[in-house]
Amino acid sequence: MAATDEQVLSALRSDDAAELLALRLRLAESAERAGTLDVAYVTMESPVGLLLLAATGRGIARVAFAGDDGGVDAVLTALAARLGPRILRSAARLDDATVQLSEYFAGARREFDLPLDLTLAVGAFRRDVLGALPSIAYGATASYAEVARSTGRPLAVRAVGTACALNPLPLLIPCHRVVRSDGTPGSYAGGPEAKRRLLDLESAA
Amino acid sequence: MPFEAVVQLHGPAILRVCLALLPRQDAEDAWSETFLSALGAYPDLPIDANVQAWLVTIAKHKAIDRHRTAARAPELAADPPDSAVAPADPLEHADLRAAVRSLPAAQREAVAFHYLADLPYADVAAITGSTEAASRRAAADGMRTLRRRFPGGSD
Repeated sequence: MAATDEQVLSALRSDDAAELLALRLRLAESAERAGTLDVAYVTMESPVGLLLLAATGRGIARVAFAGDDGGVDAVLTALAARLGPRILRSAARLDDATVQLSEYFAGARREFDLPLDLTLAVGAFRRDVLGALPSIAYGATASYAEVARSTGRPLAVRAVGTACALNPLPLLIPCHRVVRSDGTPGSYAGGPEAKRRLLDLESAA
Repeated sequence: MPFEAVVQLHGPAILRVCLALLPRQDAEDAWSETFLSALGAYPDLPIDANVQAWLVTIAKHKAIDRHRTAARAPELAADPPDSAVAPADPLEHADLRAAVRSLPAAQREAVAFHYLADLPYADVAAITGSTEAASRRAAADGMRTLRRRFPGGSD
């Protein structure tokens, strides 16, 4: 008796997940070699939730808190629109960043030594604010008003808040060290809990 | 859509197509070449393009390239005993895949593109340069042969 279409197709359509995964890893390596990737990304677990790290050929362009449902997809869609759609998961470009962040979370690193791509920080003032943040030392904090003064625009306190909220590279550019004048942490892309946690980590280390 | 999502969404179907057209090692290489080439052209793809049909078209051309290479250097066409990436097929699947590969080209492509990549016959016809009716007939003829060749089945 002849087989049915269903029997034939279920055999021919049985996908091998391990084979596909290996092929995808190989594709990412080939794309890196061919120089055709706009963005390479990885995800990593951290004490402040799932992080997505993305790099262009110029440097790390995005650190995103991706813990929510659909968080990774939403971040990648936004990156595709801003930096180009040729995006693949590929670890090579981000090895240094994941190592340095792991050291930071372990209390073993106070500064990052990574090439950064600030393409996603639009506007001169926003870049000025981001440029001022690394001078707030590990374990210290500054108020939004103090950062506004340090950029030469003492009245732009709210704009400093916006620049911090839109920081494309949280953790690497330490916007978590900018707090309210009354000393409370204030808002943060990763949530106020994460901000408190980072400040505690830095004061304990 | 980020290309990662394209690979996630269409990678399995394109591998099924490659495995229907080529021996396993060549199929894996053709899959890689298809997506690498698609990645390069991806920014220029129209926003409303049929991505699956586009990828199947590229895969078809990569398979033809591999057949040409194999014709020039026959030893490349041989299926190596162990694939570098994947475990060997269970025997019955390997036999069935070989049966697909031994179908006449029109039937093989119609089966692969319609039944394994889920393209409607209109798209199959466009990719193979045939008509919808002829594609439908070729797929049906191909499936009839495969039902007979299925392990455990008989004439």
